[in-house]
Amino acid sequence: MSDDLINIKVNQKEIQVDKNLTVMQACEIAGEEIPRFCYHDKLSIAGNCRMCLVEIEKAPKLVSSCTMPLMEGMSIITNSEKVNTGRKGVMEFLLINHPLDCPICDQGGECDLQDQAMYYGFDKSRYKENKRAVDNKNMGPLVNTIMTRCIHCTRCVRFATEVAGVPELGMLGRGENAEITTYLEQSITSELSGNVIDLCPVGALTSKPYQFKARPWELKRTDSIDIFDSVGSNIRVDSRAEEILRVTPRTNEYINEEWISDKVRFNYDGYYQQRIDTPYIKENQKLSISNWEESLKVLKDKLKTLKPLALIGEHVDLETGYAIKKFMSNYGKDNVECRTDNHAILESLDSYRFNTPLNDIEYSDLIILLGTNPKIETPIINHKIFKAYNNDSKVFNIGENISLNYKTEYLGESLSSLNNENLIKALKKSTNPLIIIGSAFLNKIKNIKTLKSIFSYADKYKVITKEKNNLNFLNPYASRVGQLIIGNTTNKLCEPFSNLKKDNFELVLSFGSEHIANEQFNNCFKVYFGHHGDDGAMVSDIVLPTPLYTEKNGTFVNIEGRPQEAKKCHNPIGSAKEEWSILKKLSDELSFDFIPNTFEQLRSELFDKHPILSDYHEIIAVENSTSITPDIEFEDCKAEYPISNFYMSDVISKNSVTMAKCVEEITSTPSLLEKSA
Amino acid sequence: MSGNHPGLSNNFSRSGEKFSWSKDNLRSIKNIISKYPKGREQSAVMPLLYLAQEQNNNWISIECIETIAETLNMPKIRVTEVASFYSMYNTRPVGENLVQICRTSPCWLRGSNKITKTICKETKCEINDTSDDNKFTVVEVECLGACSNGPMIQINNDFFEDLDEESTKKIINNIKEGKPNVIGSQKGRRSSENA
Repeated sequence: MSDDLINIKVNQKEIQVDKNLTVMQACEIAGEEIPRFCYHDKLSIAGNCRMCLVEIEKAPKLVSSCTMPLMEGMSIITNSEKVNTGRKGVMEFLLINHPLDCPICDQGGECDLQDQAMYYGFDKSRYKENKRAVDNKNMGPLVNTIMTRCIHCTRCVRFATEVAGVPELGMLGRGENAEITTYLEQSITSELSGNVIDLCPVGALTSKPYQFKARPWELKRTDSIDIFDSVGSNIRVDSRAEEILRVTPRTNEYINEEWISDKVRFNYDGYYQQRIDTPYIKENQKLSISNWEESLKVLKDKLKTLKPLALIGEHVDLETGYAIKKFMSNYGKDNVECRTDNHAILESLDSYRFNTPLNDIEYSDLIILLGTNPKIETPIINHKIFKAYNNDSKVFNIGENISLNYKTEYLGESLSSLNNENLIKALKKSTNPLIIIGSAFLNKIKNIKTLKSIFSYADKYKVITKEKNNLNFLNPYASRVGQLIIGNTTNKLCEPFSNLKKDNFELVLSFGSEHIANEQFNNCFKVYFGHHGDDGAMVSDIVLPTPLYTEKNGTFVNIEGRPQEAKKCHNPIGSAKEEWSILKKLSDELSFDFIPNTFEQLRSELFDKHPILSDYHEIIAVENSTSITPDIEFEDCKAEYPISNFYMSDVISKNSVTMAKCVEEITSTPSLLEKSA
Repeated sequence: MSGNHPGLSNNFSRSGEKFSWSKDNLRSIKNIISKYPKGREQSAVMPLLYLAQEQNNNWISIECIETIAETLNMPKIRVTEVASFYSMYNTRPVGENLVQICRTSPCWLRGSNKITKTICKETKCEINDTSDDNKFTVVEVECLGACSNGPMIQINNDFFEDLDEESTKKIINNIKEGKPNVIGSQKGRRSSENA
């Protein structure tokens, strides 16, 4: 028997468990379900709801299992009459001040209190006195509060402090007067604030946009992927008929744990605003409604004579990317580009992905942020850095002096600050250093030598060793890593996209890329395949409607290099057609070689060509590359951050009313900004 | 302004004036913080709240909370939680003299009701209310720990014990006229010796 295991009994059943667990965790291993409200796996233990009472032999009273450490030979009883009576008593107390408004409560049907009251509740109340009522609190445009329903589990308070890293929620007063509130009822400034809605075991904190919209049993559940940042958080999309009504997280311990960012949780109303629902053709400088036949005919004629260039936007899935590549190969090489923001890369996968598995970030003892603002680019990664910070990791920042929810040491504006004395000293002491280089620098680097120097630097200071590669490249776009893997880029030698000779191309096909509006394409014929009318569609000569990620199946590779699938939730809006089927039609008419007849065929062809992508949920394994130069030299470039406003970073969020409210109430409130600074 | 006990309200308000520590308090703060281990300075929040209340006319304003949070480098909501938990931190302005009447069983058996009535009549204000001239705020509290000398009241930092209607009236009137009062037992008793 190993030292860490002890023998205990749960309901007379003998089991061996880790001695560091609590009684509740041991009971769960033994297969006994323990009711609870305040306990949550990801949060610290509070022990204040008392619902998880169990009997322990030789203990005179019932004990709360979530706070109780295990001991050798402990005998736990979870199903005795005494336990049942105890829990019923606790439930009766909890229900004393809980309003009986389940019929009008948004939590109804997925409420912990409701469910557990089915087992432990009485059918009527013995409480004759007045019930307490609590004023509702303002928590911002996302979280709706009905505080009378609150049972003071303090999960939200612990979440804000420990996970979101914004200690703004708290419990004021005591006893009868206890109330959960934000400081002075200001909005929560976290990018993860929506998660308190899922955490709340009752209907006290609910989603404001989803208020009174639907009941959980009416909704169709679709498993999907967050494509609004590159982390690829697992989400569950709930829809009714042809409308998405809410987005909630799916647990994935390797990526998002149980959290998602507010952007993907709340921007779904933007899915239906400003949609391109039918083909448009520009006539006399004005886009006018057309139909598929006409627009494809015009496009086909153009494709016969003009030399095309395809731009790939931030929300394009792999299958579409593959179809584009295949179609464009009929026109020669180097004519598809996803690095529209001048993202500098080397040839190998480890020069554009996040090489550290996301869950290992927290074990790092020194983190260097190079031109990245993880708080607004990838809130989930920011949470992992915050975890590392709480484990006494030091965080250095180079680029702009950004404000994060943890302390950083600012070293300077340019890449050469990597040679800062303090940093070098700390790096030499550190056992597990980690570098995150973000788009603010990557998009500015012009010289391949700089990129190689970063590798050499990482090698010199043991950021990259034989066992691990902690040199991480972070970009905020969901499509980027996957598109680079299948080779949708014009060159691999770090050359910026803006260097493309515009004379070489006469026709630009943009797949959701707003960069089609760039000046360099002024004289080209422009075709926009997309779902939202924004700058890109406005400047184009032909606009073709395509479905959103929730309206088709697609594979995305997240920033770590983990392929995942986003599934179709409902049919496309208007007459939108999937990109591959449009390209198929075009290639048939142009008598190109484009075989797939169905999406499944397209996907299997993609997986045949790139077998590494077919292994869903596993990180693609690569050898550490050896792009090392003998001398380390950094070019001088000024950091320019890709996203300045978390709530308005892409066409969909820009069209979301909820996101607009967030901008108005959170980012535009000077006192809140000051606070987060 | 009547309502609940000024120490038991969760609603804080601004005084409108900047709050910064007095020189004496800065010295005391240094002394207080030195009692706690390094990195645990936040433990000093209770004594600091007390100092702030003393300096800020006997109540804790939002400005006080913000200053304390800054001094101890802790989130403002954490200071607010502590200040709202304890009833002896007043969350709204009170009169110059905070009259706390003990109403717990021993004092009540010895007639604290009469004392309450007398005080309300003399100060012309209701329970939990502040008099118009801002001289008095009257509140009822639970046991103040002088049970053998009940009924008793506490005015600011002083205990007045062994009260009856006459002596209570005198105490209040003395305060009104700015005359000194005998602190402690009004029957000449020393501490809690046999009467």
